[in-house]
Amino acid sequence: MDLTLTKDEEDFRDRLRAWLHDTLPRLPPEPPADDWPARRAHDSAWQRALHDAGYAGLHWPAHAGGQDATPTQHLIFIEETERAGAPYVGANFVGLLHAGPTIAAEGTAAQRARWLPPILRGDEIWCQGFSEPDAGSDLASLRTRAVRDGDSYIVTGSKIWTSHAEIADWCELLVRTDPAAPRHHGITWLALPMNAPGVTVRPLRTLAGTTEFAEVFLDDVRVPVTHRVGPENDGWRVTMVTLSYERGTAFAGEVVACRRTLTRLARTAHANGRWDDAVLRRRLGLLHAEFTTLWRLVQWNTCEAAHAARTGSNGAPGPGASVFKLRYSQARQELYEAAAEVLGPQSLDTRHEWTAQRLSSLSYTIAAGTSQIQRNIIAERILGLPRGR
Amino acid sequence: MDFRLTDDQRALRAGMRGLLAARYPRERLRSLADADADVDAGAPGGPPTPDRGLWQALGEAGFFALRLTEQDGGAGLGLPEAVLLFEEAGRALLPGPLVATHLAAGLVPGAAEGACAVTALDRPGAAEHLASAEAVLLLDGPAARALRLRPGGAPRALRARPARSVDPTTPLHLVRQLPRPSKGSITTLPADASRLRREAALLTAAQQLGSAFRTIGLAVSHARRRSQFGRPVGAFQAVQHLCAEMLVRAELARTAVYAASLSAEADGPAEIATAKLLADSAAIRNARDCLQVHGGLGFTWEADVHLHLKRAWLRAGQWQSAAESEELLANTLLHEASHLPEGHHASDATDVLDAENVTA
Repeated sequence: MDLTLTKDEEDFRDRLRAWLHDTLPRLPPEPPADDWPARRAHDSAWQRALHDAGYAGLHWPAHAGGQDATPTQHLIFIEETERAGAPYVGANFVGLLHAGPTIAAEGTAAQRARWLPPILRGDEIWCQGFSEPDAGSDLASLRTRAVRDGDSYIVTGSKIWTSHAEIADWCELLVRTDPAAPRHHGITWLALPMNAPGVTVRPLRTLAGTTEFAEVFLDDVRVPVTHRVGPENDGWRVTMVTLSYERGTAFAGEVVACRRTLTRLARTAHANGRWDDAVLRRRLGLLHAEFTTLWRLVQWNTCEAAHAARTGSNGAPGPGASVFKLRYSQARQELYEAAAEVLGPQSLDTRHEWTAQRLSSLSYTIAAGTSQIQRNIIAERILGLPRGR
Repeated sequence: MDFRLTDDQRALRAGMRGLLAARYPRERLRSLADADADVDAGAPGGPPTPDRGLWQALGEAGFFALRLTEQDGGAGLGLPEAVLLFEEAGRALLPGPLVATHLAAGLVPGAAEGACAVTALDRPGAAEHLASAEAVLLLDGPAARALRLRPGGAPRALRARPARSVDPTTPLHLVRQLPRPSKGSITTLPADASRLRREAALLTAAQQLGSAFRTIGLAVSHARRRSQFGRPVGAFQAVQHLCAEMLVRAELARTAVYAASLSAEADGPAEIATAKLLADSAAIRNARDCLQVHGGLGFTWEADVHLHLKRAWLRAGQWQSAAESEELLANTLLHEASHLPEGHHASDATDVLDAENVTA
């Protein structure tokens, strides 16, 4: 057991800190949450700045245009950028954290060359077309169909909960290519250009009042066969690589951000007198323990994944990531419940950042595998309990 | 950085597990529990607590001297290794004043070898294994002190009252007041009491961690075996989800305890408070859920789960309670807040000032 950094890692941290110190004050202010074109421009500019400084795709392999950084360097990057208050990955989330790693792992050389550099430069935005109105937790029951027609697939169906669909250039799309095969064996992964004829995007208003998600309707959309990643009907396996990335380090930065929020909560509570309430103080103390430990768990899972990669498995995070996802999503909701307690009546004004976060945190125990699904995974795959129903 | 256990650490842990399987099998735990040895804590006629043979075997295995240098007869290892051994002790519900005797190694003659048993007090309250201890560490002040006595003498010296211990394998006395520094048989030790208190909290947390994992094992094996409505109860999601939450708690606690053992020097108090808080909670709540998974059997004396729950209650009150840990961690936040730089985030600007202006 060793949590110390090597000289190289310390140097990496120092260089990154210096760069953040120089760069962040020059960034424009964050645009309003509902101005999507402005958010895209803002997030893309930040990604471009990272790219030009050599920080884009830090932990991606060199053959994917990455920097081949160690998992520890990647964690240092996440920790330092969040601590410094750098912009969130934002609109580049799907490209950098789902679609990109999938293409890097499963795509051909030509596909990597076509799609990865624009992701790393912040030039192209990706969205995710997995869930359907009738395929949520039971993703393998998805029904959007793709029928082969010469050099193309003709795609028909609808997707839901697609983040950033309005501003995306590409969509990583799961389609059913063999309706007769067992559920998991008839699915294919396609890269869908969002400007293709037959693609209709309808924004979904969330309970937070924002349009974070959209429905995507696909009517006889033609997608070239060259846009397929992985073999036909092998999309489920390809997707599992993506999803396990999502559950690995995707939330690591947010844990650091939550830890910062907690400190700001303490400051606010001290300023407005709520700090005198021992029950609230103890809640904040417990959350401190939870978020400190969630970060340690990120480090633990990263070390386990790095070891698995060294010893021959594909490097995707193991089922231990479910433990993290389950606890983190709850802890985040508890954090913003505590924030409402600190704010008092101000928490009823949705213009307050923490109120907006309180609302959006409600999605965390649902998105990317509900808490109930995570518990099923832990019970059956980790604890070895009999399959439930 | 490699957070994972080294091969040596795995071997050390396996060695401890093997030692306990041989020297402290479940039948020993059960015979202690069934004798309900606490009725007259340490009274003549009752089973000797702790078991001196086992105590010496632990001493020979280096359990107490683990962190002493090799010149001093130790293994020269650190808190990360100690935590692994105490986790195993907690898993097996090994009784005895393990933490205090381990801390006393090198400070109280005989402790390192397991030739004597040392208990400890950091405040008035419950003292474990007081009647059988040959020494008591007094860790209430800035400097550590030791009270040395012949076996059986401590309750009288501390004017302690025997309790009917909730944990049948841990005899308890209640102490109302710790002796003044000047008392004759008390010596001041060359050790910082606050460091010993922190280490004690961490090693106690490690025991809680072991118990938290053990009750998962008990719950899962029961849920696989026990059948109702024509299938194992472990196939019901209601039961599965209880077990899954047990694992989440235990994994979080493990992460916190291991991390604290590595950073005890740098971020000592906060990391150790985190470890104690999460490990206490994991041990107690996992024992509760394990009891629930056992159904009616869980309410019997015969099932082991109550022994874990009772020990967990006892350990949770030792060294650092949940309230103390949470207050310490809250104060750490406040201290950080006073050093918080103004961020570059737009969101930072909405912090205090905007919070006050937003509804104005």
